[in-house]
Amino acid sequence: MSKVKIESEKCKGCYLCIEVCPKKCLEVSKEFNKKGYHPVEFVNDKECTGCGFCYQICPEVCIEVYK
Amino acid sequence: MNKILSRPESLTLIQHSYCPGCGHGIIHRIIAECIDELGVREKTIGIAPVGCAVFAYDYFNFDVTEAAHGRPPAVATGIKRVLPDRVVFTYQGDGDLAAIGTNETVHAANRSENITVIFVNNAVYGMTGGQMAPTTIEKQKTATTPFGRDIKRDGYPLKVCELLAATGGAVYLERVAVNNIKNIMKTRKAIKKAFQNQIDNKGFSLVEVLSQCPVNWGMTPKESVKWMDDVFVKHFPLGVYKDI
Repeated sequence: MSKVKIESEKCKGCYLCIEVCPKKCLEVSKEFNKKGYHPVEFVNDKECTGCGFCYQICPEVCIEVYK
Repeated sequence: MNKILSRPESLTLIQHSYCPGCGHGIIHRIIAECIDELGVREKTIGIAPVGCAVFAYDYFNFDVTEAAHGRPPAVATGIKRVLPDRVVFTYQGDGDLAAIGTNETVHAANRSENITVIFVNNAVYGMTGGQMAPTTIEKQKTATTPFGRDIKRDGYPLKVCELLAATGGAVYLERVAVNNIKNIMKTRKAIKKAFQNQIDNKGFSLVEVLSQCPVNWGMTPKESVKWMDDVFVKHFPLGVYKDI
């Protein structure tokens, strides 16, 4: 059981984290943030292994990983 | 459930001004983590360049000064000689290090100044709007080379690691990239080693980091990381160029 926490107000919507997630636990949110981007949201806490790939590639450092 | 990965202490909470998908944010985070791990945050002095990373002094949670365009190695030389117990590093882009600052870079390397240089190569001038840089590859389209860089007219891309490998003073030169997880891990190792070399008083270390610039390349972030693997890395081969 692992999870990631995304600070969605800091997300600029590059979606590199979605590309690198091996378990496809991240998706584009339907909501807007204050900057006008669709931030990334965490959708699958059953599959997440806490590998931290999303954290490693996030240019905004707005992802935290819990295991 | 424990927190295993989060924002390093050496980064402030201020949000970067970089475009979506830019590699600068990843490189900032890697530097901050290396400094935290080495436990030298209280005695680190960074030197920010002119270019996209000009606001680096806002993002790092340690002392950072600003130098005139291309002059960070000269400023770092001065700081390191006056305060030899500090960990001094410069953070420079390709317009700063490989264009206007080539002179300072080559001589700082040749004198083997005990500093660490992080050189971010994204093949264009980012801040000014994507004009051709010395590191722009052949046939690459930029704002000033709309039909692609013509070697006959514009010259060859400047390969900094290969150039500095010929100097007597450089002790560690490596080219890495931040376009995928494997390369990010290698970048982390290289940057940590470059700082460790300085702590061990070995001399001049430079890590050239190939970084994506999706906006000025006219690509999405996803396309830009793929373009790096398919094209950019072929022109700038990754690897260790010198390690004494």
